[in-house]
Amino acid sequence: MMVEPISTEQQLKHHSLGLSDAQAIEMYRTMLLARKIDERGMLLQRAGKINFHISGIGQETAQAGAAYALEPGTDYLLPYYRDYSLVLAFGMTPRDLMLSAFAKAEDPNSGGRQMPGHFGHKRLKIVTGSSPVTTQVPHAVGIALAAKMKGERCVSFVTFGEGSSNQGDFHEGLNFAAVQKLPAIFMCENNQYAISVPYHKQVGTAHIADRAIGYGMPGVRVDGTDILEVYRVVKEARERALRGEGPTLIEAVMYRLTPHSTSDNDLAYRTKEEVDHHRKLDGLPKYKQYLIDSGLWSEEADQKLENELTAIVKDAIDYADRAPYPAPEDTLKHVYAEEE
Amino acid sequence: MTRLTYIQAITAAMRDEMERDSGVFVLGEDVGVKGGVFGTTKGLQERYGEQRVLDTPLAESAIAGVAIGAAMYGMRPIAEMQYADFMLPATNQIISEAAKIRYRSNNDWSCPVVIRAPFGGGIFGGLYHSQCPESIFFGTPGLKIVAPATPYDAKGLLVAAIRDEDPVIYFEHKKCYQMIEGEVPDEEYIVPIGKADVKREGSDITVITYGLPLHFALQAAEELAAEEEIEAHVLDLRTIQPLDREAILEAASKTGKVLIVHEDNKTGGVGGEVAAIIAEELLYDLDAPIKRLCGYDVPAMPISPTMEKFYMLNKDKVKAAIRELALY
Repeated sequence: MMVEPISTEQQLKHHSLGLSDAQAIEMYRTMLLARKIDERGMLLQRAGKINFHISGIGQETAQAGAAYALEPGTDYLLPYYRDYSLVLAFGMTPRDLMLSAFAKAEDPNSGGRQMPGHFGHKRLKIVTGSSPVTTQVPHAVGIALAAKMKGERCVSFVTFGEGSSNQGDFHEGLNFAAVQKLPAIFMCENNQYAISVPYHKQVGTAHIADRAIGYGMPGVRVDGTDILEVYRVVKEARERALRGEGPTLIEAVMYRLTPHSTSDNDLAYRTKEEVDHHRKLDGLPKYKQYLIDSGLWSEEADQKLENELTAIVKDAIDYADRAPYPAPEDTLKHVYAEEE
Repeated sequence: MTRLTYIQAITAAMRDEMERDSGVFVLGEDVGVKGGVFGTTKGLQERYGEQRVLDTPLAESAIAGVAIGAAMYGMRPIAEMQYADFMLPATNQIISEAAKIRYRSNNDWSCPVVIRAPFGGGIFGGLYHSQCPESIFFGTPGLKIVAPATPYDAKGLLVAAIRDEDPVIYFEHKKCYQMIEGEVPDEEYIVPIGKADVKREGSDITVITYGLPLHFALQAAEELAAEEEIEAHVLDLRTIQPLDREAILEAASKTGKVLIVHEDNKTGGVGGEVAAIIAEELLYDLDAPIKRLCGYDVPAMPISPTMEKFYMLNKDKVKAAIRELALY
């Protein structure tokens, strides 16, 4: 890890961005929790305890950086299926996520109806999503439009992969938001692959952020493994949105360290060397080192946090494992609003 | 009561609901300054401003998707598809999203959106300005679909659709816009979604229909009563999803002979489901096979007057079909 020691004279980067030490540590905690949940999700699937897992490993830094630049409870989040760090920061609990993984009745995302990774929680303003990708982008625009009409001071924050940026809904949504100068932030988590198809076979332009100019909005490219840089650009985008200056497209560049999902063998289309190379660039240990170099963190503190989070995740798994399944006939419920 | 055309009734429903509820707004191509390509939203932007009568980019998936987002936020959007033929880019938003939002979130989120879509032919619109695409959406649980034929039902069903807690596709027949007039109450009312309506009592044969062909059925029934003493019982479905099973069965059992009429092509159409409901429940009460008079199974109606006329239903075609079944 090549991190320059930070001189005490020099202002710490998170301070210069307006983040307190406690917040800086909280961001790390959220990422680490997401990663632990994610790793356990894979194991649970391999062990036959759950049917499916889809991972966000390697993308936590961009997600957490963005989440802390937003205002949970005020802003609307339209996540995609890898956004464990984002939904945790917005108030979803490890139990909530495990209830979804186990498809149990108490799952607040869908009551055990949707695959894991299909987040939704109205009280937390996490908007329900589906599997056909990019459909959430016009929804985010509609929420931003409604918020503007109602004079509510909030933004609508939506994420998607670079593969999704090829969909019509991406184009239609960004164009609409730009025309109406809506308080929306579009963050592409460019993890280099749409399942097996690499970036250069998906996109003709060098960068996803370049597409912004076609919509008349700023396009910002940021290292998605640099949590504080992502925080900075999302915060700026939020301020622009709240000033009424319209939407921003952010491309957070990163790498999907895991297969697409538990149903995928990624070594069929990429090499172990390539994955190992990117593992060394993982933003999570990089940020841990930053915290240590800043004098905020230590290996002892890290071990303590590891133990605490391991216990939390274990509790969540035990809880979800024991929780009852939905009643079979609940399959018939909630097609329409209940009759009064 | 005021005498309104069908299109005036639709405009009145939107105006009244926008007046009543600041969450109601209209979005679509040309709905604002121009007032819609048919004039359905004429005068609304002057009254309620650019935000609530919003001219959008030409992009149907965004029109539907943005409306869905706004509906999830808590607004009551009315998304206008300029022609029902152009809804297809929005089908993913309507079928994968709007229809499933309540169900997939276990009743946490809801999507009270109205998608208005002018449908139907007889206006020299050719293949892509004449279609009846309801069968694409029919059979998608989570969606409600209405297709009024009279000004009274047009207003009452649109008000009901706007107030409904779930997504409603509102098919309005273009040929009815100026051609159909009727009495509409001055006071507030709704026509409940899911309720069919007997538009004519009769004892010899039952006609079940919706949309423009209702008028052909009523004209044909009057002539047959006067000329041949055949009394047709005419049921207007008004809502095609969910179908009013009770009303369908009651109307079918009344005469034991059922003719189903719709402009959409026959195969895979709503009529097949109506026939199946009757067959499941009432087969042995029938005095004749269930018959369907529908659009032809061709991709869509051509523009040439001879071909359009050949494709379209009319009073005489419906009259012949009623007579044939009545005499069975």
